[in-house]
Parts: sequence; structure tokens; C-alpha cells
Amino acid sequence: MGSSSSSLNKIPNAQELMQETGFSAAHLLRLYERFEWLDRDNRGNLSPEDFEALGGLAMNPIGGRIICAFFSPGQDTMDFPSFVRILAHFRPTDRHRNKGGTQQELPNSRNRKLKFAFQLYDMDRDGKISREELLQVLRAMLGLQVTEEQLQSIAERAIKEADLDKDDAISFEEFKKSLEKVNIEEKMSIGFLQ
Amino acid sequence: MAALWTLPLLLSASLLGCLTLTPPNERPQPHNLPPSLGINSSDGSLSVDLPMALRVFSMDYHHVQAPFEIVLWIMLASLAKLGFHWSGRVPAVVPESCVLIMVGLLVGGVIYGVRHSAPPTLSADAFFLFLLPPIVLDAGYFLPGRLFFENLGTILWYAVLGTLWNVLGIGLSLYGVCLLAHSSLGDVSLLHCLLFGSLIAAVDPVAVLSVFQEMQVNEQLHILVFGESLLNDAVTVVLYKLFESFLRLPMVSGLDVLLGGCRVVVVGIGGLCVGLFFGLLAALTSRFTSRAQVIAPLFVFLYSYLSYLTSEMLHLSGIMAIVTCAVTMKQYVEANVSERSNTSIQYFLKMWSSVSETLIFIFLGVSTIQDVHMWSWPFVCSTLLLCLIWRATGVLLLTAVVNKLRRNAVTFRDQFIIAYGGLRGAICFSLVFLIDDFPKKRLFITTTIVVILFTVFVQGMTIKPLVELLDVKRKKRALPTVSEEIHSRLIDHLLAGIEDVVGYWGQHYWKDKFEHFNKKYLCRFLIRNDHQASSSILRVYQELERREQRGDEEEAPPLVDPRSLGRPLLPEEMESIRRILSRNLQNFNNKQTPAYSRHTLHQDTTVNRTRKPLYRHQSLGERSSYNTITHFPQGEDGALSEPQRARTGLSRSHTVCSISPRSTLLDSSVSAGSAPTRSMDPKAARENRVSPKQQETMERASRKHLSFVFENEKQQ
Repeated sequence: MGSSSSSLNKIPNAQELMQETGFSAAHLLRLYERFEWLDRDNRGNLSPEDFEALGGLAMNPIGGRIICAFFSPGQDTMDFPSFVRILAHFRPTDRHRNKGGTQQELPNSRNRKLKFAFQLYDMDRDGKISREELLQVLRAMLGLQVTEEQLQSIAERAIKEADLDKDDAISFEEFKKSLEKVNIEEKMSIGFLQ
Repeated sequence: MAALWTLPLLLSASLLGCLTLTPPNERPQPHNLPPSLGINSSDGSLSVDLPMALRVFSMDYHHVQAPFEIVLWIMLASLAKLGFHWSGRVPAVVPESCVLIMVGLLVGGVIYGVRHSAPPTLSADAFFLFLLPPIVLDAGYFLPGRLFFENLGTILWYAVLGTLWNVLGIGLSLYGVCLLAHSSLGDVSLLHCLLFGSLIAAVDPVAVLSVFQEMQVNEQLHILVFGESLLNDAVTVVLYKLFESFLRLPMVSGLDVLLGGCRVVVVGIGGLCVGLFFGLLAALTSRFTSRAQVIAPLFVFLYSYLSYLTSEMLHLSGIMAIVTCAVTMKQYVEANVSERSNTSIQYFLKMWSSVSETLIFIFLGVSTIQDVHMWSWPFVCSTLLLCLIWRATGVLLLTAVVNKLRRNAVTFRDQFIIAYGGLRGAICFSLVFLIDDFPKKRLFITTTIVVILFTVFVQGMTIKPLVELLDVKRKKRALPTVSEEIHSRLIDHLLAGIEDVVGYWGQHYWKDKFEHFNKKYLCRFLIRNDHQASSSILRVYQELERREQRGDEEEAPPLVDPRSLGRPLLPEEMESIRRILSRNLQNFNNKQTPAYSRHTLHQDTTVNRTRKPLYRHQSLGERSSYNTITHFPQGEDGALSEPQRARTGLSRSHTVCSISPRSTLLDSSVSAGSAPTRSMDPKAARENRVSPKQQETMERASRKHLSFVFENEKQQ
């Protein structure tokens, strides 16, 4: 790929980033180019408007939530390291590499992936998915094809299935448990980010 | 309903009446006969003569014979189609193509019975030059472009490699069968078998489309099968012509095979180029049609047909040419030409393709009745079996490979549909008639007819029940819980969003490049000055408006009683919830939406609809950025407040017009009210606009509601 170290120098803290996220130099460089392309005003950081410019995201029913998930609460801009850290969640999990496991948990571990997905529901960051939050997501995804009563039933059922401690909300642990049969590592990975 | 069935019979009676009244040798009698008294009807002209006087009443059939008969055939076909749709439960069980073939068989049988000679058959020329182009043009014009190009790799994979696999497999195995049954089939050479394999392996777009009509096929699957059937034409026709020319050569060398391979490429790409050329010409011409709007649709048809004829003349792939032409010119023509002309184009396309298809099937039925049949049990049965086997194995193998490279795997259900839905149709039929005469040609013809009838009838009728059986089986095996389904789909959406962010380098790169080129050069050149959208928001909006006018409705099934929320849900309620979820949630970003219906176009359309949104948008400020579609309103601190987020989350997905009348969402939360065009509003003006817009949309809410899934089709 010809990514010499001189081009990597454009990226501050490249080595630490690579180690933290597990991206290779080539990928880091590509992500940096993408970052620059997204950053239309050339400010060095991204704002939500840059994300909205992506048509696909605009059409996505949960596009708004995804964009929010990129930005830390309270922040309006995002620099390149944060961008990379978020995207690191979507690296395919490397099953063969077992570096002791006591190390700092890699961003693309199953736990971290699920945490990211959890945050899409839990917008107020209180650690639980309330019925209202679930309803909002359902509404966004199912939209106008389903009546309100049906939405309520679906949400009701979902909470009933997952809620083990009967607090009428889904905590992160319950969320994880309800998805234990789903192959998250594969589902939440983008192949070419290997 | 029975009355309508008598009409086709009446017509066929009149048809054969006309046919029988014309004697084999026609002596066109001059009108000014020497006076003869009485009624003279032996030569088809009826006259009551007064000596030396003017004829008051006369009939001259020869004069109008050709067009009259053609019109009668078309009338018969259309009435049969009408009768089919009115006949109650029949459409649910039997696909339309089967009924049409049966009518054709009936008519053919009647004609044969009366005249004791073969009824008129479908000549290959008539088929290829007149009947096939409208169907392919219609398919190409309404091709979901984005979906097609995103799946292009897979489609090409199936079309080229799959067809090759089928052709070689069937050809070689048939040769093996001929060797085994040496006594009866000994004179069928390898080349003949390969030739036969090449024409019988071709999956026919006409037949496939007509059967998929009835089925609930999601759009991705539809485009895979349909795209494959379109593109494999290049491979099929080339292989056919190749083997045919090999047959004429005294001997075949390796060089010839190599040249044959080159020919495939040339034919395919040649057809593409011809189509591109004419498509661009058509787009350019449509730019200047503002002063003569009435003939604007004509240009679309003329240029497309011209591209087909040109590529046929050059022995290139006509189907590829016409499809490319349609795909190329569509966006420019739609932008240049008035709404009414657009509607006319679409309606005419649908009408012609419908007529063509009906005629093809009827003639297939009629042509089955003839004297030239030669039957051979081993050949016919083995052909049937081999077609099925090779197609199934081909699909399985190819899918196994291609699934590794795709994000949305082709599921087993899809594979089954692809394999089982590989129907043969009229293309095979015409090709088999074109073979140079050799002793076993009649055998080939008979076998082809049998295969076509088998695939259309048996496979066509049973595919729907079998698929439903599969669905049931699949459901019984692994029942995901509701939570799992919801969360899985959320993750699917999330992944799609992240892919958009990351940019999926490689694939989107070229798409972006093309869009850029398109915008900068092509649009300026090919679209009328006053129609160039000032921003891509507008373009997308117009496109969505148009789609909405064309779209289908989808009704959500009734569900549980809202009062039952308190108690645990019954199994059947659970089942219906699951059905809703799997139907609604599995669409969206995977673009697996129900495919457009071939025989319906508009639902309710009001002419005024398209104008309103444009007026609304001209008041919007310009956004000069390249791909901007929405503006994301934000609070001051950047973190969105709850209702705002929910609103915009919803507004993203419903960018156009009407809301379902029964949607109580309007009342329950502000979010639904944000549906139309909210995403376009500059944030400052949004609050002010909400109420008038809400009223506007509620006015229009009496119409159908917009299916959620449309917006996701159009990205960027």
C-alpha cells in the first residue's frame, strides 16, 4: 500500500492510535483520508453537519442516533482520534490473537460492540433502556407502517422478554443476555476494516 | 365472470372464421366484375349485385386481412388477460402465463381442428424484432438503478458464470445421454448438444417476471433473478451463434474457441456501447422538446428501438443495448420532459410490454399444436432433469462463493427461489426454430416446448407454495425472540450507517466519481437549463415524489387488541408480532423491499401534487455542498434534546408527503408530524413551519400512505 512513515506523520499520535485500536497503518491512513474528505470546511474536526451530508446516513432511520453516538455528550466537534476510536468498534474480532486477555480490552471486543449498540437506545445515558426509549427506536425503524397500538405491543413484549429484574427497563446486562444467541462479532463488523 | 370467458371464445371463433374463409390460393377479384346476379361468397367478397349498378354493400376481406388478423390476435390476448383477472380465485393459484398458454393451446387446437393444418406460428423474426423489445425496454426503464448497480457483481457472476456452467453442463451431459441411447439418438453430435444446451439454459426474463408477480419477492432477490435473466442474454445468444457457426465449419480448432470467447466480450460490450450512444442521444434530444411536448415520449421509444435494431444489425446483443439505453436516458429524460409526458412514457411502456408478453404466451400455446413433433423419452426426460439439476448445483456453488464477498448474504430461501425460478420461455422457443435444419431438429423443438411448458406450468405454479413451506420450516426451526429481532435490525441499520461514514472504499469510490462526473458535465449538457436542480436536495425530493406516485401500498396486518397490553400475550398474538417484525424490519437498509408490481403503475395520483413541493423548496436556502440532503437541527449545546432527536430521527425516513390516515402517530407524538420535508427546513424556520406543513400533509393524508421503505432506496 505504500504508506511510508512520512505520510503517517500527518496523523498525530499515529503509533498510539494503532496500538490502541488495532488498525494497521494502511487503514489508519485511509481513515484519515476519509476524515479529511468528510471534513468539508477543513477545520480539522468533524461536526454533525459533515455527517448529515452523507445521503445514506440521512435516509437511515436511526441516522440521527448514529451521529449522536459518534459525538461524546456535550461535544459538538470530533477530532481524528475520536473518530478512529469509534470506528475501531467495528473491526472484525480477531479470534486467533489471544494476547493474554488481561490487557486493556480491545475496542472491538463483543462487550464493547454491544455497549455501542446499547448506547444507540439509551440516549440519556442512564444505563437503562426505558420503555419510552425502546418505543422511540421502534417508531423510527418501523415508521408509519405500524399503528401505535402495535408498536406498544411489540415494545411490551420485548421488555417482558428481556427484563429479568422486573424494573420495566432493560439494563446493559439484560441487553447482553437477550443477544447471547446472536453472533455479534460477525454482525457488527465491517469486513474491510480488518 | 363466465360471460367474459365466452368473449375470447367468440373471438377465436371469428378468428378462425376469417382464417378458414380465406382459401389457400387467393385470387383477388377486381371490383368491377362483369355483372353476376346473386350472392357470391366463394372468394370472401360478398356482394349483392344489381346488374350494371353500383354496389351498395360489399365486403372485401383481403384488403384488411393482415392488420385485421393481427388486431384480432391482440384482442384475443387482451381479453383473455382481462378474463383472467376477473376470474376469482384463479390468479391466486395459477400464474397468468399459464392461463395464457392454455388459451393459446385452446385456440391452436380449434384452428388445427378446423383447418387440419398447423396454425400460424410465431416466427422468430416477429418475436425478436417486434415482441421482445417492448418487454425488455419496459424492464430496463423501470430497473431500480441503484440496487442493480450495487448488486452488479453478483448479477454478473450469476449471469456469465452461471450460464456457462449450465450450458456446458447440460450440453455435455446430454451428449452423454445421446451416447448411451445410441440407437435412437446416435446422430446427435456433440456440437448439436452444446447448441441445444446453450439455448435451453437461458433463463427467460419474460417468464420470470410474470411468475414473480404473484410472489412476495423482496427487491434484492427480484433484481438478482431479473438482472441475471437480462444479462445472460449476451452469453446465451453469443454461445448459440458460436455453436451454430461452429456447426457450419468443417472443423473446429482451438483458435476458433478462443475467438469465440473474444466474441462474447465484444458482443456484450458492443451492445453496451450502442445502448449508451443512443441513450445519450435520446437524453440530448429530450432537452429540446419543450416546444413540442406531445411527441416527447415518441423519442424515448424511437431511440430505444433504434438502439435495439442497430445492435441486432451488427450482431451484438440487442437486449443489452436496449437496457443500457433505457437506463442511461432515464434520469435525463425524466428531468427534461413534462410530468404528463413522463406519465405517458410509463403508461405506454407498460401497455406495450403487457401486450407483447401476452401475445408471446398465447403464441407459445398456439405453436405447440403442430405436425412437427418428434418424441423421444430419454432425450426429453433427461433434458428436464438435467436442466433442474445443473441449475440447482450452479446456484448453490456460485452462491457459496459470492456470499463471502457480499454483506447481505443470499439466504437459502433466496437460493431456492433463484434456482427453482429459472423459467424458460419464448427466447428458447424462437432460438430453436432458427437452427439450421438437421435430422433431429424436430426433436429439439419438441423438447424445447416440453421444457418451457414444464417450467412455466409446474415450476410456475408450485414455486409459491414451496416457498411458503420453506418459510414455515424455517420459522419452526429457529424462532428468534422479539428482542433479538429488534436488536438485530437495529444493528443492521447501525452497520449500514457506519458503512456510509467509512465510505466503503472501492465500491462507493466509483459511484461517487460517477456522480461527480454526472453532475458536472452530463447534467449540464443533457438537462434543460431551467430544470437543473439547484441542489441535490431538490433532485432527491423530485425523485421521491415521483416514486411516491408510482408506489404500492402496503397494509400492516391487524394485530392485538390494545386493551390487552396488560396481560401476557397469546401465542397467536406473538406470532403476528413476529410476522410484522420480520416483514417490516427486514427491509430498509438492505433494500429488501417488495418489488414494484409490473402491471400496476400509479395508484391515486393528483396532478397538482408534484408542483407543491417544488414551490415549497424554492424558498429554501441553497446548500451548495455536494451531497447534502438533510439539515440536522440542533440545540445550542450540540446534544439534542429528546423530542428533537426523535423527531429528526423520524423525519429522516419520511421525507415525502402523505401520512397514513389511520396513523395515530400524528396525535401521539410530535415526531410523526415532522414527516414531510422536515429534514429540508433550515433550523430557524422549522418551528414556524411545522403547523402549516402539518395541515398541508393532513389534507393530503386522505391518499395512500408512503411506504416507509422508499426513502432508503434513494441514497445520496
